[in-house]
Amino acid sequence: MRLLWLAIALAVLAGLVVASVAIGSRDVDWAGIVAAFGGAEDGLDSAAVLTRVPRTVLAMAVGAALGLSGAVMQGVTRNPIADPGILGINQGASLAIVVGIATFGLTTVSQYVWIAIGGAAVSAVLVYTIGSLGRGGATPLKLALAGAATTAVFGSLITAVTLPRGDIYDLVRSWEIGGVGGARWDVLAQVGAFLVVGTLLSLGSARALNSLALGDDVAAGLGERVAVARASAALGAVLLCGAATAAAGPIAFVGLVVPHVVRLLVGVDHRWLLPFSAVVGAALLTASDVLGRVIARPAELDVGILTAIVGAPVFIWIVRRRKVRDL
Amino acid sequence: MSADSLIRSSAVDAVARGRRRRANRRRTIVVVLLALIAAAFAVSLVVGRTVYPLDQVLAVVLGQDVPGASFTVGRLRLPRATLAIVAGAAFGMSGAAFQTMLRNPLASPDIIGITWGSGAAASFAIVTLGLGGASVSTIAVVAGLAVALVIYLLSRTGGLVGLRLVLIGIGVAAMLRAATLYVLSKAPQWEEQEAMRWLAGSLNGASWSSAAPAILALVVLGPLLLVLARDLDVLRLGDDTASGLGVRVERTRLLVLVVAVGLLAFATAATGPIAFVAFLAGPIAARMVGTDRPLIVPAALIGALLVVVADFVGQYLLGTRFPVGVVTGVLGAPYLLFLIIRSNRSGGSL
Amino acid sequence: MTVDHTLEARQLTVGYRDRAVLHELDLVVPPGRITAIVGANACGKSTLLRSMSRLLAPRGGQVLLDGRAVHAMPAKQLARTLGLLPQSPTAPEGITVADLVGRGRHPHQGMLTRWRAEDDAAVAEALEATGSVELADRNVDELSGGQRQRVWIAMALAQQTELLLLDEPTTFLDVSHQVDVLDLLTDLNRSRGTTVVMVLHDLNLAARYADHLIALADGRVHAAGAPAEVLDAALVEAVFGLRSTVITDPVSGSPLMLPIGRHHAG
Repeated sequence: MRLLWLAIALAVLAGLVVASVAIGSRDVDWAGIVAAFGGAEDGLDSAAVLTRVPRTVLAMAVGAALGLSGAVMQGVTRNPIADPGILGINQGASLAIVVGIATFGLTTVSQYVWIAIGGAAVSAVLVYTIGSLGRGGATPLKLALAGAATTAVFGSLITAVTLPRGDIYDLVRSWEIGGVGGARWDVLAQVGAFLVVGTLLSLGSARALNSLALGDDVAAGLGERVAVARASAALGAVLLCGAATAAAGPIAFVGLVVPHVVRLLVGVDHRWLLPFSAVVGAALLTASDVLGRVIARPAELDVGILTAIVGAPVFIWIVRRRKVRDL
Repeated sequence: MSADSLIRSSAVDAVARGRRRRANRRRTIVVVLLALIAAAFAVSLVVGRTVYPLDQVLAVVLGQDVPGASFTVGRLRLPRATLAIVAGAAFGMSGAAFQTMLRNPLASPDIIGITWGSGAAASFAIVTLGLGGASVSTIAVVAGLAVALVIYLLSRTGGLVGLRLVLIGIGVAAMLRAATLYVLSKAPQWEEQEAMRWLAGSLNGASWSSAAPAILALVVLGPLLLVLARDLDVLRLGDDTASGLGVRVERTRLLVLVVAVGLLAFATAATGPIAFVAFLAGPIAARMVGTDRPLIVPAALIGALLVVVADFVGQYLLGTRFPVGVVTGVLGAPYLLFLIIRSNRSGGSL
Repeated sequence: MTVDHTLEARQLTVGYRDRAVLHELDLVVPPGRITAIVGANACGKSTLLRSMSRLLAPRGGQVLLDGRAVHAMPAKQLARTLGLLPQSPTAPEGITVADLVGRGRHPHQGMLTRWRAEDDAAVAEALEATGSVELADRNVDELSGGQRQRVWIAMALAQQTELLLLDEPTTFLDVSHQVDVLDLLTDLNRSRGTTVVMVLHDLNLAARYADHLIALADGRVHAAGAPAEVLDAALVEAVFGLRSTVITDPVSGSPLMLPIGRHHAG
C-alpha cells in the first residue's frame, strides 16, 4: 500500500515536472521540449525551456527540503503545528540576510546561505526556548505564540534596518517576496551541499524520531541518546530550511501541510513519513509554482504567497480538528 | 467582646490592611504614570525643529493666536501628540484585555493577527483602489471587525474558545500577511511606500480630522471596557470557576472581543498598527502594579506613554526619521529576551 | 443557620455530541448534609456535577434549585446560592492569597460597586475557617498543593453560598492532606449547615465522610442513601465491576471496602 502511494506520488511529481517545463507565459509542446534538450539552441521555445529547467529543479529541491524539514520539526518538538514559517525560523533567516545585505554588502546567494542558516538556527533556539517557558513545556499553543511574537519582532527589526537604506530596499524586497522564478544553476550549486547534508541528517534520524514520539523518558528507556538524537535531527531541519530560505525566500506552510497529508497516507512511522514528505513537498511546491504562472497570466503569482493562501486554511483545519486539551 | 470575635476582627484588619497597601501602591503608580504622560506631552509640544517657549505653547493650547506657533504647535504638534496618547491608550487597553481574556501574555491582538484585517484592507484600499484619507480608515475599521469576527466564529467549535482563537488568529494572520505582500508587490513605488509606512504605524499624517474617530472611540468604548474589566478579570481563574462565580463566560468574552477590537480598529485606522504597544503595555503594567486588579487602566497609561515617547524618539533622536511603529517594534526584541532571562532565573512561568 | 435550599435533578439527560453521558437521571441532594458522588471512571460523575452547577446545559430534563431551573436563573443570583470548585482551577500568575479569596466576592458585587467592609470580613472569615490567615499576603504560586487547595476552598467560602459543589477536591493531594480537606469540609457542614456535594474518587473516604452516597453507573443512579445502608459487596460489584468484602471501619463505624483481586481468596 505504501509502495503504491509512493509510486503515485512519484508519478504525480513527474507529471508536474513536465508541466512546469512546458507551461508559462509561452507554452511549449512536447516536441519543443525534446528539441531543447536535444541541444536546439535556436528559437524562443528552447530559451523558455532552458530557463524553466533550473527553476523546476529549484522548486523541487526547495519543496522537498521544506517538507522534510517540517516533518522533522514536528517530530523533534512532538508538535503538530511545527513549521519553519509558523515558528519564525524563516523570519530569522530573513533578518540575518537583510542585516548581511545592509551591513556587509552581500549580494549573492552563496554569500547569503551561511548567514541564513545561522539566522535560522538562532531563531529556532530562541523560539523553542521561549515556547518551553512555564508550565507544561513546549505546547503547540505556546510554540505558535512564541513563533508569532518572534516573527513580529524580527519583522520590525527588518523594517528598522531597511527603512533608512533606500539603496538596498529593492534588493531586500525582491528577496523577501522570494520565489523560484530567478533560479539559475549556480544558485542551486551553492545551496546544494547544504541541502544534501541536511537531508542525510534528517533521514538518518527517522528511527530516533520514532522513539522520541513516545516521550523523552520512554525514548531514553529504549536506549536512545535523547539529547544527541534531537540535536542532530534539529540541525538537519535547520540546514534544510535555512538553505531553502536563502535560495527561494521565506515560504510558509509547506513544512506544515505536507507532513499532515503524508500521515493520512502512510501513518506515523518516520521511516516512511520523512522520505514521503520530501516527495510530496517537492510536488506541492512545483504545483504551486506552475499554478502561480497559470492563474496570473501573463504575470506570475509568487509561490510563497500562493502556499500561504492555500496553507493557512489547512492550518486552521488542523487546529479545529484537535481537542483543546492537546493544544 | 469574646476572644473569638477578637481574633476575627484582627484577621479582618490584616486583610483590609493588605488590600489597602496594594491599592495605595497602585494609585501611586497611576499618578506617576499620568505625570509622566503629561510631561512627555508637554515636551513634544514644546520641542521640535523649532523650540517654542512654554508660555506661547500654552497660549496656543488655550486657543489664542500666536504667529508661527499657532500653525506648528496648534495644527501639527498638538493633534499629533493627542493622537499618540489616544492611540497608545487604545492599543494598551485592548492588548491587556486580550491577554487577560486568553490568559497568555503573548496573546495580544497584534501577535494573533487581529490587526492584520485592518492592515490588509488598508493596503488594498491604498494600493489597488487608490483611495486615501477617511475612506481608508472606514475600510480598515470594517475589515478589522470582520476579520476578528471570522476568527471568533472559526474558533467556536464545542466550547473553550480561548486556545483555538489564538492559533486560528495566527493562521489567518499568515494568510492576510501573504495577501498584503502580494498587493504591495503589485504597487507602483510611491504607493507601496505609502502603504509600507501605514503598515509600520505612523503619526505623520495626524490631524484633528484623522484623530477625531479614534478619540470618539476611546471616549465611548474605553469606559465600556472598564465596566467589563471586573468580569474579565474573574475569567482568569478559568472558565469553570468563573461560571461558578456567576460570570457568563461566553457572553463576557464576546463583549470584550467586540469592544477591544473596536478600540483597536479605530486606532489602527488613524495611525496604522503601531507595533507591539498592545503586546507590551499589559505585561509592563503587570510588573508595575501586580495582577491583583484589572490591568486596563495602567495598561492604557503605559500604552499612551510608550507611543508619545517613541514618536518623539523616532522623530528627533535618531539619525533618520523613523515612523513610531518601527521604534516601538524594536522594543519587542529586548522584551522577548527579558522573558527568557527572567524565566531562567526564577523558573517562573509565562 | 439559614433556609435549607433544595437541589435536585429531574429526568436529567446530558451528553457530548452524539453520546449521552447521563440518561434521565433523578436525584435529590439532602439539604444541610454532605453528599458524595462515586462511580467508576467515565460513569458521568463530573458531568453530573458540572450540569448541576450549570457548566453544562442539559439535553433533556432539568436541574432545580428551590424548584427553579438553574439554567434559567440569572448567573450572579445563582452564584450567591450555589458555589463551585472545579477539578483543577487555574490561579493567575502573581496573585496573592487574599486577592484570590477576594474573587469569591464577585457575585456579591455589582458592575460598579466598590469593595466594602463586609467583603473584607467575608474574606477574613474564609481565611480563618480554612486556617490560612497567615498565608494572606503570600503569592498563590508559592504555596504547596495542600495549602493551595485550602485557599481555593476559602475562595468558595468567601462566596458565602449555602450550597457548595466540589469536583474531586482531593485529587493530587497526599493522604494526610486528603483527610485534612475532608475534615475541613465536615467542619463547614457542621458549623454553618453548608450543603456539600462532591465527587470523590476514593470510595472509602466517601463512605467515611458522606452522610449521603450517590453511586453512578452508566449515567444512571445505581443506588443512593446513607453509606451504611447502600455500600455493600453487591454495589461494588455492580458499580466498579470489582469483587470485594465490605467490613465495618473500626475507626468510624462506616462501611470499609476491601478489594479482593485475582490473587487472594474471597
